[in-house]
Amino acid sequence: MVLEQTITWHLACNTEDIPADGGACALIEGEQVAIYNFARRGEWYATQNLCPHRQQMALSRGMIGSTGAEAEPKVACPFHKKTFSLKSGECLSGDDYVIKTYPVKVENGQVFIGME
Amino acid sequence: MKKKIVVVGNGMVGYKFCEKLIAKDIAKNFEIIVFGEEIRPAYDRVHLSEYFAGKTVEDLTMAPSSWYAENNINLILSDPIVDIDRDAKTVRSHHGIVEGYDYLVMATGSGAFVPPIPGVEKDGVFVYRTIEDLDLMQNHAKKATKGAVIGGGLLGLEAAKALLDLGLKEVHVIEFASRLMPRQIDEAGSRVLQTKLETLGLQIHLNKNTQEIVGDGIIEAMQFADGSRLDVDMLVISAGIKPRDEVARVAGLEVGIRGGIVVDNALQTSDPNIFAIGECALAHHMIYGLVAPGYEMAEVVATKIVGGEKEFMPFDMSTKLKLIGVDVASFGDAFIEEPNAQTIVFENSAKGIYKRINISNDGKYLLGGVLVGDAEQYNMLLQNTKNKTILPPDPEDLMLGARGGSEGGASGVMALPDEALICSCEAVTKGAICHEIVENKVTTLDGIKKCTKAGTGCGGCVPMVKDLINETMKSQGVFVRNILCEHFDYTRQELFDLVKIKGYKTYNEVLDNLGKGDGCEVCKPAVASIIASLWNEMILEKGNATVQDSNDRFLANIQKNGTYSVVPRIPGGEITPEKLIVIGQVALKYNLYTKITGGQRIDLFGAHVSDLPEIWEELVNAGFESGHAYGKSLRTVKSCVGSTWCRFGVQDAVSFAIEVEERYRGLRSPHKLKSAVSGCTRECAEAQSKDFGIIATEKGWNLYVCGNGGVKPRHAELLATDIDSETCLKYIDRFLMFYIKTAEPLTRTAPWLDKMEGGINYLKSVVIDDVLGMGETWDAEMNLLVEAYKCEWKEVVDNPELRKRFTHFVNAPKVKDPNAKFEPMREMVKAAEWK
Ligand code: SRM
Ligand SMILES: Cc1cc2nc3c(=O)[nH]c(=O)nc-3n(C[C@H](O)[C@H](O)[C@H](O)COP(=O)(O)OP(=O)(O)OC[C@H]3O[C@@H](n4cnc5c(N)ncnc54)[C@H](O)[C@@H]3O)c2cc1C
Ligand code: SF4
Ligand code: FES
Repeated sequence: MVLEQTITWHLACNTEDIPADGGACALIEGEQVAIYNFARRGEWYATQNLCPHRQQMALSRGMIGSTGAEAEPKVACPFHKKTFSLKSGECLSGDDYVIKTYPVKVENGQVFIGME
Repeated sequence: MKKKIVVVGNGMVGYKFCEKLIAKDIAKNFEIIVFGEEIRPAYDRVHLSEYFAGKTVEDLTMAPSSWYAENNINLILSDPIVDIDRDAKTVRSHHGIVEGYDYLVMATGSGAFVPPIPGVEKDGVFVYRTIEDLDLMQNHAKKATKGAVIGGGLLGLEAAKALLDLGLKEVHVIEFASRLMPRQIDEAGSRVLQTKLETLGLQIHLNKNTQEIVGDGIIEAMQFADGSRLDVDMLVISAGIKPRDEVARVAGLEVGIRGGIVVDNALQTSDPNIFAIGECALAHHMIYGLVAPGYEMAEVVATKIVGGEKEFMPFDMSTKLKLIGVDVASFGDAFIEEPNAQTIVFENSAKGIYKRINISNDGKYLLGGVLVGDAEQYNMLLQNTKNKTILPPDPEDLMLGARGGSEGGASGVMALPDEALICSCEAVTKGAICHEIVENKVTTLDGIKKCTKAGTGCGGCVPMVKDLINETMKSQGVFVRNILCEHFDYTRQELFDLVKIKGYKTYNEVLDNLGKGDGCEVCKPAVASIIASLWNEMILEKGNATVQDSNDRFLANIQKNGTYSVVPRIPGGEITPEKLIVIGQVALKYNLYTKITGGQRIDLFGAHVSDLPEIWEELVNAGFESGHAYGKSLRTVKSCVGSTWCRFGVQDAVSFAIEVEERYRGLRSPHKLKSAVSGCTRECAEAQSKDFGIIATEKGWNLYVCGNGGVKPRHAELLATDIDSETCLKYIDRFLMFYIKTAEPLTRTAPWLDKMEGGINYLKSVVIDDVLGMGETWDAEMNLLVEAYKCEWKEVVDNPELRKRFTHFVNAPKVKDPNAKFEPMREMVKAAEWK
């Protein structure tokens, strides 16, 4: 059986609102979403803004980068530098946390976040 | 049908048993029911003290309740077992649940032993065992000033340190014996330890027998058998442990005369269907009051239950005290003496170091020893003892560490056999770790922790695991240099030179030309710091903002609730009344918590990111500049009042401190830089604890370098005497340029000097005699940096594009982070406690 989920796209901001190779936070439907402009790779990612470690709304303020042979894109929380995969949301520094990730769509200089 | 296992007690060992059984019971033949007396699932008691240092219950929890559910373990908390019916093979809980078992595992641990002193029931008397104990202590400590601990053993000293950390003004340790830690270390070691603890602020009383705890309902004083008396308003009893064998005893299981459930090598009690593990078990006639043997017991019983064979053998009781501030360790047979062994003793009482090793009479093996004040060699010595490694001709090298030669601790790890147990908490061998490094290419500490669990228990083996990773890679032909990270195959110094020669000014240029991949949180701030040190340009421009550490990116220090602190520069600590008023007005307007910092200036806490530009606009307009409290750069130059007012002052310390601070403000460096100027040898500005400190003499200044406070306090060393102001600045210029050019990232000047071959004498020859011939180049470079200085905050305030970045929500710039919560505290606010 195939489960179909309908995604609603929400306008978050303009592309220039998110600094190159960094992140910023948008308020969408009452949720804090961290949006990352991975300009080096021409990729966009979005995750929850809340760092699960100490429940801080901080991930959008973290440094992004990549790790490993597969160049897994990641973000490091500015508080205690726990790192999370931008693709899977998995914590890469050995803890069991998983953060929520959202699909991102860029059209005509505008950034949209997909939510269920 | 599934067999039922009931576990009584959900402490560290009870939990570990569940974890091990689940891993072994692949066929899912067993059903596990756990009864715990405490209200929460098992937590890490070994690191209990860190609760006071900010660790939360969650941090300490071994596994959340969901873990038990996921593994089909029925965990019943707050409901101790009160009765065992061995004939019916059932247990009954306090709430009346009756549960049958095929195997019963007693993991009830132990409680604090409280001697029968009249008055122990009074308020203000505590034991130190559970999170609840700590909560109670923390509450009581708020109104207490004088505390005492009964017991000068491992746990007693840890409790005493906790009282100091709780802010008690006076902390006493009362020990019945004639010395501290009599079970672990020898007499001479105790003496050195005592002196060291006294400098930490503990008052030690030996040979003291407490007769009564005095007070009207609440503790007021302790009365001793020798007639003396000590006023205290808080007491922690840590006089030993008492196995929790009460239920076993009533059920008719055999218990020891001094307590503990008697078990054999299979950990079976006198009833073969009942096992006892952890601190409640009396194995080999002793209670093993440590977690590693407890885990081994869990392993043995789990193995047996699934049908394997394993016995619990006498276990090594070596320990290392976790007391922050003093290293203490004992290993193997710490007390064996002539004529049964040869001992080698090293003592440096000025530094508070005592080391002893005991060697077999034939000089071949290490039998045990004691380390006080410096336990860096503990892991290596322990391994040598356990593995009966043949000793080198000069065994004292092992305890003193390498002195000049290349036989360091690191190469030592490679000499260990594969069976050597590196992590005794999780029973991980050297072989297992090396296998992961070589076969599975796991080359980071986090990786090794994840796949082998080594280093996740008490953490004592972590340095050794690191050495193993480095040395194994080296032996694989991987030349290990201190490269920055996976994205740059250069050391910081190499990168510094390359960036300088090529003139790169942005992170992306550096990464594209010298690195690979997309960068990470290690290389980004390191490269950003190099670029800033070299060119002193605005750090938020040219796309460099997002490679800065968060504090640098927002030019403010992030705080516990996600808001920021604001620290204006107050050079030399001198401030006009007008400026003080402005700070007060700004703080009032934005509801900021204000505090005088340890660096002689004023910190304003709790600013929302979107308020930062406005706050700084007001401060800049009043003549303030950024204080760079967020940067790896010059912080403060503290001063004492000096000759302008002080009757002892011989030079104008404040004026010189301001000159020094204004010269080096904004200078980016591998780590933060601190300085101070004192007006005479009384040294009220504490210049000798600074990266560069200046003390006035009749003839000029004495310049000290490479000191710091902080984690590992270091006195600065004298670089030059009786120099004039100009020479002093010249020497500091050169000293700083040399440091900035050659230090590893995040290395302060003291550890940088430690690693420098030739030490302070070499540094003198570089700075004063200019043996590298770099003096004039550095003078010129420093002058350029000084001229290039601009206040970062002024630049942001004046630049609408930069200002725009200071919002919490890009799509709602006016909205503040609703998650940034405050709580009232005295007349101001504080950050809401984080979870
Ligand atoms: C605010 C202040 C405490 C206070 O309320 O008094 C403070 C606060 C912090 N200190 Fe400090 N230190 C403060 C004076 C000190 C001092 C005292 C001094 O400078 O005379 C020391 C010991 C002296 C020294 O550094 O040698 C000190 C030794 C540390 C250390 C340990 C450094 C070390 O080498 O071991 C750290 C950790 C680090 O930098 O890695 C640290 C780190 C920090 C951090 C940055 C921790 C953090 O990452 O959040 C705190 C930032 C606070 C903020 O948001 O503003 N702080 N810190 C003091 C600010 C002084 C100022 O005006 O800039
Ligand atoms: C402050 C402190 C520091 C320490 N530092 C170190 C160290 O550095 N290194 C080291 O190796 N060890 C250290 N230890 C010792 C270590 O914590 C213990 O060895 C370990 O916790 C023992 O585990 P356990 O499961 O046997 O007992 P516990 O962890 O005490 O667990 C037993 C549990 O059983 C419960 N229980 C008791 N009776 C019943 C009942 N009838 N029914 C149900 N539940 C019951 C108890 O409430 C408790 O929750 C320290 C201990 C303390 C208190
Ligand atoms: S201000 Fe310094 S000493 Fe105080 S808690 Fe923060 S880092 Fe620790
Ligand atoms: S709050 Fe994110 S790592 Fe600690």
